[in-house]
Amino acid sequence: MESTIIRSENFNAYFGNNHVVKNITMDIPKNNVVAVMGPSGCGKTTFLRCINRMHELIAGATAEGKMLLHDDDIYQINPILVRLKIGMVFQHPNPFPNLSIYDNVIAGYKLSGMRLSKDKRNDIVESSLTKAALWNEVKDSLHKKGTFLSGGQQQRLCIARAIAMEPEVLLLDEPTSALDPISTASIEQLLFELKKNYTLIIVTHNMQQAGRVSDKTAFFYVGELVEYDNTREMFTNPKDSRTQNYITGRFS
Amino acid sequence: MAKIEGELKLLREEVTNMWNLVHSQLTKGLTALENFDKDLAREIVMIEKRVNSAELKIDRDCEDIFAIYCPVAIDLRFLLAALKTNTNLERMGDIAEGIAKFIIDTESAFKPALLKATKVVEMYHEAIYITEEILVAFEKEDSAIARGIFKRNEFLDKINMQANELIIGYLKDHPDEINQALNLLSIIRRLERLGDQAENIAEEIIFYLEAKVIRHAKKGKLID
Repeated sequence: MESTIIRSENFNAYFGNNHVVKNITMDIPKNNVVAVMGPSGCGKTTFLRCINRMHELIAGATAEGKMLLHDDDIYQINPILVRLKIGMVFQHPNPFPNLSIYDNVIAGYKLSGMRLSKDKRNDIVESSLTKAALWNEVKDSLHKKGTFLSGGQQQRLCIARAIAMEPEVLLLDEPTSALDPISTASIEQLLFELKKNYTLIIVTHNMQQAGRVSDKTAFFYVGELVEYDNTREMFTNPKDSRTQNYITGRFS
Repeated sequence: MAKIEGELKLLREEVTNMWNLVHSQLTKGLTALENFDKDLAREIVMIEKRVNSAELKIDRDCEDIFAIYCPVAIDLRFLLAALKTNTNLERMGDIAEGIAKFIIDTESAFKPALLKATKVVEMYHEAIYITEEILVAFEKEDSAIARGIFKRNEFLDKINMQANELIIGYLKDHPDEINQALNLLSIIRRLERLGDQAENIAEEIIFYLEAKVIRHAKKGKLID
């Protein structure tokens, strides 16, 4: 039986009085890719940002309910530690523009004041870039700026930067929406490889992508979790008419 | 209306039109059999060409919709069901053509006593009724009607199983009619296969509507 790595129980999130995530209870199984989809404004990104406590960084944003990593309440842990265990990759590739590829990968260690030997740094850079399927493309230009790379390569660099911290969970907020189909395909292939070692939660507007990359899919609508099931079941026989209307493009 | 809805609506119309062609082959076939009308039988063979064209067109349209719209959920199930129904309808057209060719190849009109003894006309009426029920189930999106086809098909199976015995019995008294009798036996076999194709379509309709795969299931359970 699959073990649960993240569990949200009656979880709610707000922007001021605006209730954007409503009473979400769901389990994220370990080493799965879970896709979260839904129309704009349905609360999916907010929910994702609640998982590693990024939501509370916005003025007026609050959350209540339980969000557990294994059995530990994420909201009882130092948020910096939470983000070490739960990394995040954003919609637009955002390597640090002034840092080299090498320094981008180990930026997390530098920013959190963790000192590493040169050998250890080299190991982390190589293994992270290898896991992100970027090593072969950049191994001869590690000291060039990260922004020198193509969009797809930059996004893989951001993934390398996130996994360099050896998180257990990786949150991906529309990670390919700014990329061309070739780069998108390479990121999707990468997600398939990464799930051997990590649990991935991906917010996507691209339903075909959700179908291709995920094991389970959650459908959010106006802040509620409407349906959560195995992806194949969701895309062939959704149980809720709202899910069916959304995935078949009949949403009004 | 989402663009795919328009495409699926057109596809639905194409399947219905193809059904109309096959249905016309079958009804003409029954008339040709009863009246020994070889011209009408030849017409059935001609219609088969249109059925084949319709099959190719539906295949192409399904392929386009898959490629362009990447359908999911009920749209995907409809498309898969339409694709398979298309194949089954084409086979029904082939069967109707096969029956027509037996009528064309038979030298003299079928003896009324032979038609009666083999229950072939009764069986033909039932096969046409089953075919009509398919369209009703498809158009009304009614899986109960589709399930009813399994029960009705049992009648065709029963006559088919009795056919050898009935024909042997008849030939004992009419040994000079062996040619006619064998042609009728072939027609009965084809009508039985027609029922099987109708069952296949019924299964596809149920898959489309209920997302249940009932192929290879025991039909007795499905009827109840």
